[in-house]
Amino acid sequence: MCRIGAIKSLNYVHPSRALQLMNSQQKGHDNSGFAMVMQDLGGIFADYKDLPTLSLACTDEGLKIAEGILGAAGFKQVFEWIPETNRMPGLDIKAMPNYVFRTFDYPETYAKSPAKEKEELLTATRLKLRAAMERGETGFAYSFWPDVITLKEIGDPRDIGTFFGLWDENDRFTAKVITAQCRQNTNYAIVRYAAHPFFLQGYTTLANGENTFYQKNKEFQASLNPAYIGFESDSQCFLYTLHYMHRELGWPLSYYKHIITPLPFEEVQKREDREQLSAIRQSLAHLEINGPNTIIGALPDHTLFVCCDAKKLRPIVVGHTKEMVAFSSEVCGINEIMPDRDWETDIYPNEREIVVIDNTLEVQRWKQ
Amino acid sequence: METVKINDLACNDLPWKVIYDTTRCTLCGSCVAACTFGAIKPRIERRRKAFSDTETPEPKISFKAVPVITQLNVLKHYCRGCGVCERVCPNSAIRSERNPDSRFNVVYQTATASGPKRGGRNNLENQARTLDTLRVGRISQMTDPSLDAQRHTFDCLAPLGRILPADRLPFTVGPDGKLVPTGHTPPTSWIYPVIIGDMSIGALSWRMWEAVAMAVAYLNEECGLPVRMCSGEGGMPVKLLTSKYLKYTILQIASGHFGWNRIIKAMPKMIEDPAGVLIKIGQGAKPGDGGLLMAAKVASHIQAIRGVPKADLLSPPNHQGLYSIEESVQKMFLSMNAAFKFRVPVAIKVAASATSVSVFNNLVRDPYNIVGGFFMDGIDGGTGAAHDISLDHTGHPIVSKLRDCYLAAVAQGRQGQIPLWAAGGLGKTGNLAADAFKMICLGANGVFTGKLILQMAGCLGNEHSRCNACNTGLCPAGITTQEPTLVRRLNPDRVAENIVNYFLGMDQELRKLMAPIGNSALPVGRSDCLVSTDKAVADRLQVQYVC
Ligand code: SF4
Ligand code: SF4
Repeated sequence: MCRIGAIKSLNYVHPSRALQLMNSQQKGHDNSGFAMVMQDLGGIFADYKDLPTLSLACTDEGLKIAEGILGAAGFKQVFEWIPETNRMPGLDIKAMPNYVFRTFDYPETYAKSPAKEKEELLTATRLKLRAAMERGETGFAYSFWPDVITLKEIGDPRDIGTFFGLWDENDRFTAKVITAQCRQNTNYAIVRYAAHPFFLQGYTTLANGENTFYQKNKEFQASLNPAYIGFESDSQCFLYTLHYMHRELGWPLSYYKHIITPLPFEEVQKREDREQLSAIRQSLAHLEINGPNTIIGALPDHTLFVCCDAKKLRPIVVGHTKEMVAFSSEVCGINEIMPDRDWETDIYPNEREIVVIDNTLEVQRWKQ
Repeated sequence: METVKINDLACNDLPWKVIYDTTRCTLCGSCVAACTFGAIKPRIERRRKAFSDTETPEPKISFKAVPVITQLNVLKHYCRGCGVCERVCPNSAIRSERNPDSRFNVVYQTATASGPKRGGRNNLENQARTLDTLRVGRISQMTDPSLDAQRHTFDCLAPLGRILPADRLPFTVGPDGKLVPTGHTPPTSWIYPVIIGDMSIGALSWRMWEAVAMAVAYLNEECGLPVRMCSGEGGMPVKLLTSKYLKYTILQIASGHFGWNRIIKAMPKMIEDPAGVLIKIGQGAKPGDGGLLMAAKVASHIQAIRGVPKADLLSPPNHQGLYSIEESVQKMFLSMNAAFKFRVPVAIKVAASATSVSVFNNLVRDPYNIVGGFFMDGIDGGTGAAHDISLDHTGHPIVSKLRDCYLAAVAQGRQGQIPLWAAGGLGKTGNLAADAFKMICLGANGVFTGKLILQMAGCLGNEHSRCNACNTGLCPAGITTQEPTLVRRLNPDRVAENIVNYFLGMDQELRKLMAPIGNSALPVGRSDCLVSTDKAVADRLQVQYVC
């Protein structure tokens, strides 16, 4: 099984904490990959919060392609961070030649454009990059968005950490929200894009489990939005559902659970909002999930949440202190990074609730 | 010796031969009385016997007149092989046997200048069906655990009614962060995914109708299964229209508009809305032909309900005066919706044919949000009495047509917006749960069935053209007849009990199929959990091929 975890903190946190959170659960995954998304960045990226950063893993040829596309679109590079990779022998990692984290200023023609237009430009550019580098696998464009960095690689998570120098805590490379996964590759070929977390326009999700309704979800989502592509993992569907509901439909987060795990008809009938709930269930029947899953998600405003499928067959635990909240597939992960917390206040979310952490770290439990 | 009249009919020309054993027969007369087709009659035969009554043989001959039962070699009275004679005979002295050398199709037509007309099943599709090459293949194990069919709860309901895409739902976000409805959405009800298909009150006997209505009420009120039945073309008795049971019935308006006058007139007296309205284009399963109610079955109460004289009644093959999809949507849908003040879902039913996908595509784009369901009937469907030629040779099999419609909806991202209901030979092997489940995985929201309901009632017909005389008004089981003496053979309580029990069993079987794939809601469109052992079928339906 994949192991998943997330940290949300009042202060900036280094990814080594996320690595520790995940590493302690190493018996529960097969060391086939590690991925993380960092949002609300600190350190060297703190001054560029409004400008988009591209996260790319590529060959030299891929880099040329990407530079060509970005240049032609009029993006101007303002900052670059190249992780000091440790290419020592014996590490279990299928590294790409280049890892590129570059921050850009928008093309001049977009100087006065509203936020929405800029966002569409970023998404379209990322899709273009992805398509162009797909031939011959010259590169992988994971995210292109303000205040976000995505890192994914194939191999043993510990070695990936060593490779990127992520074990050494410092204050140059930090974020307030970090979501991470150590994966277990079962039914899919090992594809870089397939690793969670998935990111789209400020929304992040990661999951462990299996999406039984993958076929239905995918068939439905594929026509909803041109950015709903890939589907390399059955869990990618959860991101698109979140994005569609929250951004496209403009519905509050609390309805996410009603879409993916609708209440039984009988229960809906007893509720005051039965009209809304029935309509949602009818219209979005193809976004329902039925498989065993725990889903962690983050919204563009950095709200972090976790929920489970209606059978709640995948475990998750929420631990918190005044300064930090962590989600983890196994409690040993939280013990590792927050040994002094009051573990009696740990939350084991149930199948009918969403546990939500806002930016003040208030922990809320929303009943479906 | 008589001269051979070679063109005379012999029993060997008929599809069934009656086998009779004089030595066992006590001449009680039961079989002759029971045969509704008059295929057998008593007769006197002159028998010659050689005997000897002395110690040394001195053969003598005696002639005796013996009463026997014989088969009539008269076209009008050909034996249907229903086997009622065998059922009533106390001594097993009589039975019917299939005649593989029958010349029936030829002699019938040469004698009557018309093809045989039948109700019931077609004769050709006796080999393995497409659905039988499909298996539920995704049996979850460790990564995706199955459910426990007994312990878990399942949501076995399907929608009937127009479903708006989410971005057109009339919602705004209220001050408390809740969605608030701001407008009207089309009526939708969630019902059991197996509907009792549209068999008209002229086609079925009143007892049969009563039995079905009783079973449906029991299933709804006592068993918690919201099963709906559909009236066929031809209206309903006013008593039912104005009863509280109307809410379990989908009213059909078909191309002949039979009975609608009465329905419209009964409207002010209705205490419940019907479960839906189904507009049927032509005969349900046979594109381009009409259903046939023979004069023999147009009894006086049928005349009253339909408002017609005693004559052969053909539902026209299409709605006279509606020659385009646009027209049908505008005229009928708007008027039918308006009649019930937009409270009742209105669906359309067509025969599976080359163009059914185009029709569906058009409806999916219906700007009025008014098409509440797309019902499609395949070649194996239709109990309606019909000419053999239509039964055997018109129409499309349902499976690939359903799949095509679903995939057309997928291509437009509109799956589920017009619920798909499919039928036509489902439950032919007796197992409706498996067929329904597979159809749902292929994209149906639900299925409907008619003939299987007749089987539950004790119909004697089968797929090899046994009995299948529903058109004659002589149904030996009292199911499809209006002859008072024959109708009395049917015990409506028993029939209702059979239907209820079948549905309860089927419901359990549905769960048994949902559990292993780990689904607690109907697996609409989950083609990934099917596999096919036939490469051609797998490719055509886009499911996994296994061998
Ligand atoms: S099988 Fe049916 S139709 Fe034939 S003789 Fe017997 S009762 Fe009559
Ligand atoms: S028993 Fe009645 S319903 Fe069945 S095939 Fe014969 S006539 Fe038709």
